[in-house]
Amino acid sequence: MEAQRHPEAIGPRTRRRLAGFVRTLRDNGFAVGLAETRDALAILSSPLALRPSSLKPALRALFCATHSDWEKFDEIFAAHWQGRGMRSAQAAGNIAASAPASLKRLPDSAAPRGELGPPDHVERRVGFEDDSSGDGRGRREGASRAENIAATDLRHVVAPEDVAATHALAERLARKMRARLVRRQAIRRRGRRLDLRRTIHRNISHGGTLMDLVWRRRKVKPLRLVMLLDASGSMSLYTAFFVRFLHGVVDTFREAEAFVFHTRLAHVSESLRDRNVTRAVERMALVAQGVGGGTRIGESLATFNRWHARRVINSRTAVMIVSDGYDTGEPEKLALEMQRLRRRCRRIVWLNPLIGWKDYTPQARGMQAALPYVDLFAPAHNIESLAALEPYLARI
Amino acid sequence: MTLDRETISDRLATVGYVADRDLATALWLMDYLKRPLLLEGEAGVGKTEVAKALAALHDAELIRLQCYEGLDQNAALYEWNYQRQLLAIKAREGAGEDADKIEEHIFSEKYLLERPLLAAIRRDKPPVLLVDEVDRADEEFEAFLLELLSDFQVSIPELGTITARSIPRVVLTSNATRELSDALRRRCLYHYVDFPDVDREARIIVTRLPGIDIALAQQIARMAGAIRKEDLRKVPGVAETLDWAATLAGLDVHDLRQEPEAVHETLICLLKTHEDRSRLTRELTDRLLGKVA
Repeated sequence: MEAQRHPEAIGPRTRRRLAGFVRTLRDNGFAVGLAETRDALAILSSPLALRPSSLKPALRALFCATHSDWEKFDEIFAAHWQGRGMRSAQAAGNIAASAPASLKRLPDSAAPRGELGPPDHVERRVGFEDDSSGDGRGRREGASRAENIAATDLRHVVAPEDVAATHALAERLARKMRARLVRRQAIRRRGRRLDLRRTIHRNISHGGTLMDLVWRRRKVKPLRLVMLLDASGSMSLYTAFFVRFLHGVVDTFREAEAFVFHTRLAHVSESLRDRNVTRAVERMALVAQGVGGGTRIGESLATFNRWHARRVINSRTAVMIVSDGYDTGEPEKLALEMQRLRRRCRRIVWLNPLIGWKDYTPQARGMQAALPYVDLFAPAHNIESLAALEPYLARI
Repeated sequence: MTLDRETISDRLATVGYVADRDLATALWLMDYLKRPLLLEGEAGVGKTEVAKALAALHDAELIRLQCYEGLDQNAALYEWNYQRQLLAIKAREGAGEDADKIEEHIFSEKYLLERPLLAAIRRDKPPVLLVDEVDRADEEFEAFLLELLSDFQVSIPELGTITARSIPRVVLTSNATRELSDALRRRCLYHYVDFPDVDREARIIVTRLPGIDIALAQQIARMAGAIRKEDLRKVPGVAETLDWAATLAGLDVHDLRQEPEAVHETLICLLKTHEDRSRLTRELTDRLLGKVA
């Protein structure tokens, strides 16, 4: 093959530099494998190498795989081969990985929320758009004995036994959601089409008269659910509850992943897989240290997109973000990362406990930035509101 | 046959595609490294045109596979001709042949319908295979495509394995409605097709509409560039610019400044939604005209 004609022509020095370049690219998030390195050597030994100006586009076409790679490439190339701005180029991809531990000042409107205590007892039930048809909604959250708890804003559940009941409800709800999903799929299988290829195969012995019909079924894959839970200070009143919900989800969905974020993102699925709830939550708390601080939704999402999204997200994934949208980072960053996430997954559901508050409008800048990319923006201040979500998830 | 890069660049121009140098390099690399080329970019920047030009430049056949949600192997690779199979079964049964023989007969090449992917590997002269909007197909299909692109052979259960007679040049395009798998991306060379700059767009207009006045082409290209900078819902592509240029030429316009009326009325060639149409008011059009012309 022409490509392998004379790789020996390249000196060891160039080879080393190329290896270094490939490493820099990998550090910056490029998916570069051995095959690419080999092809790069082939390019370096091709007639193109005689003119450096044409070398860059060639290597760019080879190494880049996405538009963001494409945009980063020039800088990295210049840094490595022309020795310019090396430091800035290497840092370019690593912003997301660094996790500043310091707690930034919360925006004025957000900071005191948690400490001031509840404004007044909110009983308003905000249904969401047309998705809650109203029929039998009361039944969905499970036991009727607990119905009064179901409608109570989670902030007001204080008595220990009530707390326990709420948490148990959350877990049961998570399980029920799973059950619902399975049933939906079973019904869908009735929509069948004739599989002509197999039918003819089977009926050759009947002389082509189609007696045994072979049907084609629609393959239904289970939905994958990825939950990102905001565990920052402004959410502290709700965190404990959602952690239980998270545990229920991870425990019941076959394909579920859980993440907790505040100033940084932690992957907590593994620690939550423990069947014993208390132990699971304790282990999770260890993994996600720093719960209760400020929030950097944008940066946490960037970490997620960069390091986890590839693995945990496919086109049948619903991403559920539970957050109040109070972000100490830049809203532009959040918008950008939401856009990236949107492209990868099937649905983004944003649960915001504040929607349940009286006269709430999504004013927080972070929330504003994220809203255009959200498929469903729903309340999550009590059990009932979560139960209302279920039919929506079942349809995804 | 491997052409060098300058030849590719020149020949692209003769077949009516005005390419930038980077693209010519990428097309040359496709042959050199025998890798498919993945093109990304906004709708209307001429991704599909690249494949057409590539086919013209190698004087090869262009085989196009348009992807859509739910595209499966039956539609992409091969299908049996069921009607003929049924007829054959009936006819042969009358003649008293036994079932095994009939089966062997009706699952022969004669009853096989080629779909684009199979067609692409069964040509004697390497064709150009355009897999258009691959992001619309399902992930399963993407995995299958990946397999085909690395082995260039397919197995048909009833018939056996079919190996490629020639390796097609493969161009994939994507509008980024869905993130493609990293495996597929890694397999391909990548080129991001951007909107052409003013000079290149003017050259494209002149190439495609040979009769047009060069100064007018420049004006049109500048205007199109300015309009793209506005906050529009659907940014006009190169094809739209060409339509517009043809319209203006047809209306005998020689200088955009002289006939703002005609410009404003013919903007429907560029703006395809009501929202965009009402956004570009007379005043705004005049201001843009003043800037560019």
